[in-house]
Amino acid sequence: MRRIDDYRDMTAVDAVREAIEAAKANESFHAILSLTEERALARAADVDAGTVSGRLAGVPFIAKDNFLTFGSATTAASRMLENFEAPLQATAIERLEAEGAICIGKANLDAFAHGGSTENSAFGPTKNAVDTSKVAGGSSGGSAVAVALGIVPFALGTDTGGSIRQPASFNGVVGVKPTYGTVSRFGVVAMASSTDTIGVLAVSAKDAEVVMDIMSGQDDRDMTTLPDFFAPQGIERPLKIGVIGEAMTDDVATVVRDKVVASLERMKGAGHSVDQVSLPILKYALAIYYIVVPAEISSNLARYDGIRYGLRAANDTLSHLYGASRDAGFMPENKRRILIGSYVLSSGYFDAYYLKAQKARTLLIEEFNRLFDDYDILVAPVAPTPAFALGENADDPVKMYLADIMTVPASLAGLPAVSVPAKTEPGELPVGVQLIGRRQSDALLLALARQLEEEEA
Amino acid sequence: MTQISRDDVHYLAQLSNLQLADGEADSLGRDLANILGYIEQLSSLDTEGVEPTYQVTDLQNVWRKDEKDNYGLERESLLRLAPESQDEQVKVPKVL
Repeated sequence: MRRIDDYRDMTAVDAVREAIEAAKANESFHAILSLTEERALARAADVDAGTVSGRLAGVPFIAKDNFLTFGSATTAASRMLENFEAPLQATAIERLEAEGAICIGKANLDAFAHGGSTENSAFGPTKNAVDTSKVAGGSSGGSAVAVALGIVPFALGTDTGGSIRQPASFNGVVGVKPTYGTVSRFGVVAMASSTDTIGVLAVSAKDAEVVMDIMSGQDDRDMTTLPDFFAPQGIERPLKIGVIGEAMTDDVATVVRDKVVASLERMKGAGHSVDQVSLPILKYALAIYYIVVPAEISSNLARYDGIRYGLRAANDTLSHLYGASRDAGFMPENKRRILIGSYVLSSGYFDAYYLKAQKARTLLIEEFNRLFDDYDILVAPVAPTPAFALGENADDPVKMYLADIMTVPASLAGLPAVSVPAKTEPGELPVGVQLIGRRQSDALLLALARQLEEEEA
Repeated sequence: MTQISRDDVHYLAQLSNLQLADGEADSLGRDLANILGYIEQLSSLDTEGVEPTYQVTDLQNVWRKDEKDNYGLERESLLRLAPESQDEQVKVPKVL
């Protein structure tokens, strides 16, 4: 499994060819929706000729298929955008390409990033990298599996409520959901604008750090981006770590709790202190999330109207054009979320649902703030279980949503969170440990992740 | 438990510009009732006197220069994305 540094001694053309061959050899996992072979090889030739250089010169990567890229369609794993050829590239892609990285293809996801298993893709599910009877997790399932299989050293994902962290946990890779506003979202298909973030899934925390360092920073084309604060750092003093008690109850699988406890022991071994702390509002976090996020989804997805781009399924009357195009272009989970959003925003229900949720969100942020007065980093499981079986939760949306219960709090509060693979024995499914930090402490989280990684090596 | 009738689903679908078959409306109605049943637990949380949070960056009034930016795009490249176009315009069904 190659890491970024391992590409130094290879030509870019060889690196791209190797990655594309690996992608083709692993087609049965259905992690990748399209390869951009021609464009990738042309860019590799430019790198080898010395016309493109940088920190990621000749390093292949894959982007989740909700990033606008050149070289193949950008589908968001939907029928709506099945044939959509992006007229421009996402800022995140442009920044990586400016450092010589080479996008070789697009990864599968739940359509429009709505889901936690990648089973909601219009083009079929992705299989787990470790056990093909299990889900990849989601919504960045294809990105996680592509990294876990060693096709590329890193892949881009988006995380609105856990969509990077949970598949990272299910496949045993590092997953970084940065502080809200760290990376420009320009050119990425919008889901819920108040929690959407762009991050990375990588073989190692060290590689994730390099990619975050390159992608982060203000962008005039995304007014929500923060001035660049991300700077790789070391750990200079023992950290005060709090493990969230409400996230370690019997509702969480024993194997998951055991892995978290083992990780905490290793943190203690590295000289950090660990206390149990309380986040009582955790039990409400998922209800807050599944009001706020569908509301924003119903607004954001209004743009898919069959007029200017995307699927047009009827052409007789305008209302039939809209209705039929949206019916044919969206998956059932997209429709559920749009309808829930319309419900909680509709007159008569707004105060009881949407306004109530936004107030509860304030309380959640205040609870986090109080904990961060005393603690540097909070720890929790990423998900209550390891990867579940394909089809297991497919007929029960609420059961599927419950898999997000540990990841949505950081999203609602705009906090950075990293999924770090726990040490597993052969035959065990991967489990991630979640590190949550203060706003803009992303580099500290990665420093701790790196410390754990170096100890293990 | 919240009850969502087929008519409710069709009304929400109309608000959302979604055309649904009756069978799909029935299964979505059941799902919606389950989801609303779950999120209703929030009503037991006391939020009296709490200000709502709508965004988490603390950024305010981010201005840009009042200058045209075409994002490096040509008109033609956008028209090519349209399902139908004619005479350099996006074509839509008759609306009047």
